[in-house]
Amino acid sequence: MNYQNPHFQAYGEQAVLIVWEEKINGDLLNFILSARDQIEMAYRETLVEVINTYHSLLIKYSPSIKNITKEIPFLQNLIGGLEAPQKAQAARYHLPVCYDEKFGLDLTHISVTNNLKISEIQQLHTAADYIIYFIGFLPGFLYLGGLNKKLFCNRKEMPRKKVKKGAVGIGGKQTGIYPVDAPGGWQLIGNCPVPVFNVQNDPPVIFKPGDHIRFYPVSLEEYRHILAEAEKGVFSLQKEDYVR
Amino acid sequence: MYVEVLKAGLATSIQDKGRPGLGRFGIPESGAMDRYAAKLANLLVGNREDSAVMEITLMGPNLYFDCTALAAVAGIDAEVLLNRMAIPVNKPFLVPKSSVLEIKKITEGKYLYLAVKDGFQLPRVMNSRSMYAGITSKSMLEKKDRIHVTSVSGNLQNSFSSIRFNKERYSTSCLSVFPGPEFSRLPENIKQQLFHQTFTLSNDSNRMAYLFEECIQNNLQPILTGPVLPGTVQLTPSGKIVVLMRDGQVTGGYPRVLQLHADCLDILAQKRPGEKIGFYPR
Repeated sequence: MNYQNPHFQAYGEQAVLIVWEEKINGDLLNFILSARDQIEMAYRETLVEVINTYHSLLIKYSPSIKNITKEIPFLQNLIGGLEAPQKAQAARYHLPVCYDEKFGLDLTHISVTNNLKISEIQQLHTAADYIIYFIGFLPGFLYLGGLNKKLFCNRKEMPRKKVKKGAVGIGGKQTGIYPVDAPGGWQLIGNCPVPVFNVQNDPPVIFKPGDHIRFYPVSLEEYRHILAEAEKGVFSLQKEDYVR
Repeated sequence: MYVEVLKAGLATSIQDKGRPGLGRFGIPESGAMDRYAAKLANLLVGNREDSAVMEITLMGPNLYFDCTALAAVAGIDAEVLLNRMAIPVNKPFLVPKSSVLEIKKITEGKYLYLAVKDGFQLPRVMNSRSMYAGITSKSMLEKKDRIHVTSVSGNLQNSFSSIRFNKERYSTSCLSVFPGPEFSRLPENIKQQLFHQTFTLSNDSNRMAYLFEECIQNNLQPILTGPVLPGTVQLTPSGKIVVLMRDGQVTGGYPRVLQLHADCLDILAQKRPGEKIGFYPR
């Protein structure tokens, strides 16, 4: 994995894009997040924000910076000086998911296309330790890595006009949770009663890139109970801190 | 003291400068589609440039003013009636208490901005009054909605009416662009097509993205999901050109071939379906 010599370019007039090798890899993610932290420390107020995806960083500058191409040598130097990912605090969260057929609208479809028993779908989905790569697409939509290959399944030919908030699904090689009611083409396997996005909170998403997530199965009754507690703001997510 | 929506119009919402620093949570920038016109509307009534304005699309709302107000509508051109009397655009005017303001139709351009002194005081959510589904309770204003405003007493402040709305900047159909992150992957013939073809704005265009009717055949590979910005021009595997606008998603998997110059995003916003544009390298 080559962390050095990523590609730097201006992206419009007010942003710089840094691009590494086009791969989905936990070590690369840690390096990118270290680079992000260094950049944020170096600039403080003159940044609007820094956003990461799988293999890129987008640095959005405030209008006080008039010529962003002048920032590129500084950034190259800053990142060139980083030899390895710096250690950072992270968390592993455990999220309840109800895999009942009431929510798992496509469990049968996946069972047929992937030649799995429905119970195996739940087992494979809950056995994995997922990395949160970044948040994008919709407010609070987590891009997770680590889906078991046996669960890979193409998106639906015709997306559903409305997917329920909390729906847990599989789309191609990805798995994730719909943070709000939205149209969507993913194959649905369950529903998570804990809201991942909350406008009232600061920050609105508690999960950060680099954190880990595991899913655990709950019954319909437990689901309803957790949903009610979460709505009152009294449900606590199980969480372990660790250093990534 | 409030303004009440009697008739909602085609797509009417409150917008300001949006939420520019929350992309890392998947939250789009949002805010006024035409920043220049929104700014002018505010300046005409003596507001800060970034006060919340009412963004009006093609066919406008009918509004009831519960109190006197100092107002202005800014845009290229529109038919506006205050208590059934024609009102010119781009000039401040006093709205007497209990008036009805009818924004009938936008006759040139697509968006019109209504500003009132001290702004429309919709509650801020994440530091902005811009309406966006999933962040604010609604994305568009509806009949019977009431928005809090400040009453103004006294005379019209003549000093603001000398501000001139520069309509000429919108007459161009050439949008200046920078190369996008994937521009260098384009074969020469596609670069030529991008810069020599004219593109016709499609009816499917909205606050998230503007689409065009023409296709550019290509064999480009999708990219691993990467960050995008308002003004990013994507080329899809099926050949569609997509220009991401203010409510566009913050990440995307289609090649980012061009990036619109900031001023040109305002100009593009005001184009109507059927109008033609071209991209011009800066």
